[in-house]
Amino acid sequence: MLRDITLGQYYQTESVIHRLDPRVKLLGTILFFVSLFLFNNPVGYVIAIVFLAAVIIMSKVPFSFMVKGMRTIVVLMLITVLINLFVTQGDVVVSFWKLRITKQGIILAAQLALRISLLIIGSSIMTLTTTPNHLTDGLEKGLRFLKVIKVPVHEIAMMMSIALRFIPILLEETDRIMKAQLARGADLESGNVFKRIKAMVPILVPLFISAFRRAGDLANAMEARCYHGGDGRTKMKPLKYKSGDAIAYLILAAYMVLSIYLGRLSLFKIM
Amino acid sequence: MTASCQGEAKGEESVSIIIDHVNYIFGKGTEMEHKALRDICLSIPDGQFIGIIGHTGSGKSTLMQHLNGLLKASEGTIYYNGEDIYEKGYDLKKLRSKVGLVFQYPEHQLFAETVLADVCYGPRNQGLDKKECELRAYDALKKVGFPEDYIYSSPFDLSGGQKRRVAIAGVLAMKPEVLILDEPTAGLDPKGRDEILGLIKELQKKENITILLVSHSMEDVAEYVDRIVVMNKGEILLDNTPKKVFSHYKELEAIGLSAPQVTYIMHALRENGMNVSEDATTISEAAEEILRALGRTGS
Repeated sequence: MLRDITLGQYYQTESVIHRLDPRVKLLGTILFFVSLFLFNNPVGYVIAIVFLAAVIIMSKVPFSFMVKGMRTIVVLMLITVLINLFVTQGDVVVSFWKLRITKQGIILAAQLALRISLLIIGSSIMTLTTTPNHLTDGLEKGLRFLKVIKVPVHEIAMMMSIALRFIPILLEETDRIMKAQLARGADLESGNVFKRIKAMVPILVPLFISAFRRAGDLANAMEARCYHGGDGRTKMKPLKYKSGDAIAYLILAAYMVLSIYLGRLSLFKIM
Repeated sequence: MTASCQGEAKGEESVSIIIDHVNYIFGKGTEMEHKALRDICLSIPDGQFIGIIGHTGSGKSTLMQHLNGLLKASEGTIYYNGEDIYEKGYDLKKLRSKVGLVFQYPEHQLFAETVLADVCYGPRNQGLDKKECELRAYDALKKVGFPEDYIYSSPFDLSGGQKRRVAIAGVLAMKPEVLILDEPTAGLDPKGRDEILGLIKELQKKENITILLVSHSMEDVAEYVDRIVVMNKGEILLDNTPKKVFSHYKELEAIGLSAPQVTYIMHALRENGMNVSEDATTISEAAEEILRALGRTGS
């Protein structure tokens, strides 16, 4: 029932992108996002698409897998596009009833749709090619400098990895409880909003109880192994940059320079 | 239906559930695609007590979830009292009140403030009025041997064994014709296990409910069931009376199961020259058989 969520899922395979240090991928994703918002001409988008396509091919993750994750935000995207299409002022192209579509509106809507798609696909590449553990490791090490201003980086990273680890477990648990209550004749689909919310109680109560029980068990298991936070803690597989990571940083820098320079050049500007 | 369906020849008895060439595939079209059930054929007559045995991951729980329509077969179909449950317009909610399913660790589904209210949940979903619900709940709690004094206490304050009784009562209160129990004794101590299994046997005898008991322990079911279905890797490996199934104990071992210990003892005695028959499956049967072989009669 709830197994179709791909956003934030890891795709197991062997590729150059999978082997990269998580810090490279984190920074790369952030820079890619920034670059998307700096463009003001189509050339920038072309460069971004080519760059993203190259990364996708190298990652060996099937494209269909990423598109599946996008299905969840289709509604959001449609609303954004429609609002921009009809609300933007400018030179009218088509008009019917009280609605007007302008040239500027079309350009803006297209730009937004493109931006959102690139954002989603760009971020899904990171989660699809990095295990949650690796990701939080990368966050912990990459943000270590914040410790100077007393940010508990290790604790935050630990909480994140536990939360991520528990998502599939809780999904499975929800599935199980839902089935158990359906077997007792629960009706989750009919009735008005209030009825439906009330029908969720027999699912939510056991779910919360089980979540607390699991949290308690986990805390005990951690204490039993003398876990006491990040101070003086070493890692079994410490993150280390390899030559591939240096090359990746160079490519990333080249992409940023190229895309910002060309993407902001007024020569290609259309608006 | 095709003639290759096993058990169909048994014709005479009234058959409540027919599983007709059911296949089930997990995660179709993805990396993780996995055939959980392969061409399952089974007919379940009224009032029978059937043990479904298989290793973890053999597909037994998956199959059970098909019987009340929680999972839909990728291929094949299921008939309940002669009606195809996948037919358009078939009332699955009604089916679920006829085919009760008690999940593994059913105490994890308890949610209400009092035991009575929790057991009332099923009957209330059937659309019964408050009085009828409470009567049924009270009756079901009595059947599972739950102490009357505690019916207004919170289900979360009870012991594990009592919680499980409440959860089973929650399904019984719906008055199902078929009761499926998925590992009802998992995590219970030997006393709790014997009590629950004894109670289920009594239900089958007194109320003539058809019972399917899922388990991975032969010892558990040997004493109680009329028929054993052994599953392995999504297929039915054996389907026969306990005695006949246990005579295949070498095959059972090959798939990581085992026959009851009694079976091994009887085989060992026979190999060493004692004239006993190997098909005793329970301890009392074995004791009698050994006494007989020694020339004495059992008490």
